[in-house]
Amino acid sequence: MVDEAGARTPRIIHPLYIRVTHWVNAVAIFVMVLSGWRIYNASPLFHFEFPAGFTLGGWLAGALAWHFAAMWLLALNGIAYLAYCVVSGHFRRRFLPISLRRALDDIILASQGRLDHAPGRYNAAQRLLYVGVILAVIVAVLSGLAIWKPVQLQALTALMGGYESARRVHFFAMAAIVAFLIVHIGLAVAVKGVLAPMFTGRAEAPR
Amino acid sequence: MKPSRRASLSAFRPQITQLERRLFLKQGLSLGALSLLSGCTLKDDDAVDRLLFAMSRFNDKMQAALFDPSRLAPTYAEADVTAPFPFNAYYEEKDVPRIDGESYRLQLSGLIADKRPWSLEELRALPQSTQITRLVCVEGWSAIGKWRGVSFRHFLERIGADLTARYVGFKCADKYYSSIDTPSALHPQTLLALDFADAKFGYPLRLRIPTKLGFKNPKFIHEIFVTNDYAGGYWEDKGYNWFSGS
Repeated sequence: MVDEAGARTPRIIHPLYIRVTHWVNAVAIFVMVLSGWRIYNASPLFHFEFPAGFTLGGWLAGALAWHFAAMWLLALNGIAYLAYCVVSGHFRRRFLPISLRRALDDIILASQGRLDHAPGRYNAAQRLLYVGVILAVIVAVLSGLAIWKPVQLQALTALMGGYESARRVHFFAMAAIVAFLIVHIGLAVAVKGVLAPMFTGRAEAPR
Repeated sequence: MKPSRRASLSAFRPQITQLERRLFLKQGLSLGALSLLSGCTLKDDDAVDRLLFAMSRFNDKMQAALFDPSRLAPTYAEADVTAPFPFNAYYEEKDVPRIDGESYRLQLSGLIADKRPWSLEELRALPQSTQITRLVCVEGWSAIGKWRGVSFRHFLERIGADLTARYVGFKCADKYYSSIDTPSALHPQTLLALDFADAKFGYPLRLRIPTKLGFKNPKFIHEIFVTNDYAGGYWEDKGYNWFSGS
């Protein structure tokens, strides 16, 4: 195997700041979703409950304690991440432009196994999904605040269509995040050489 | 010197720390999902519990800071009232206390100048007001109800309650108990309700406080006290967040 010129000093494709905020966010989302499922079970909106074994908190008070503790981690880490993305130009460089048509093209190529993975460069489908999940988390946070404080933040609750509507918005934002995670984790495990760089930051040597 | 009404909760932290420690353990904090997915069990439940309770006390402070004493809860039209209104308590509907209104006397204790007990007749002689507001349960569901009674602020002023004290507490005929912060007690929509949809919702006297979750609205009240010592509550002592503001 022939080394390329830069193979000995591998390129950093994920900056340290992004790696740290990514994994802090992963923990926060994990806690928020699983405790949220337990909270949902206390008064289900739809005709199903989440299996108790896949929830966090043991009972409603425990789940609420987890949820209202991890919300700070999610919000503060999220603000730190978004601020960095905007100020450093990370957002503009990595996520723009976003094209639905190109994203569809890339998804078709990927399904045929013909999509090249260029380390450090997101394809159109990734861009769309990453920006989409960021928006879903923002909606989840805002609808969560609307449910938590329907009096103090009543303008926000009204924006969500009222208290009962805000509960549904919160649920569907969660559903969007979980749907993203199924694809995201699935691909992170299935596609070779993309998981390690999220820890080390370094693009793996070409195989 | 009296502490300010907005004083932080840190002053009573020592008293509740011991209580906190055992609560989640007794309730059995299951880390099922976490251990299932990570393949490890968190043996030190105690440390996790302490962290969660510290965060809950932090959230009490944040909510007290966020509370705007003049922001009113949205009100609704008569037609919006939920019927039938859901019954909710730590016991079943058949076990609600039956109280004789004739002999009923509301007891007062703690930092109150005039501790003379009140009959229902005397309470009804005070100015009454009506509200139609949304009650939000800690479980997530909500219902719109109509309540009528005495402004709690008016009542507290009338009995000479120390309004610089930190807490107002309630003891109930169904063995339920709870306490609220004084700023929330003095909110213009906080009501000592005498009239509501049905006796099972707290006859003869209940608190209606639309700026807090449903479980902070004690029913079947037989004693009100004012204090600077943290007084907890039935569900609060089991682990629900104490402030629980809306």
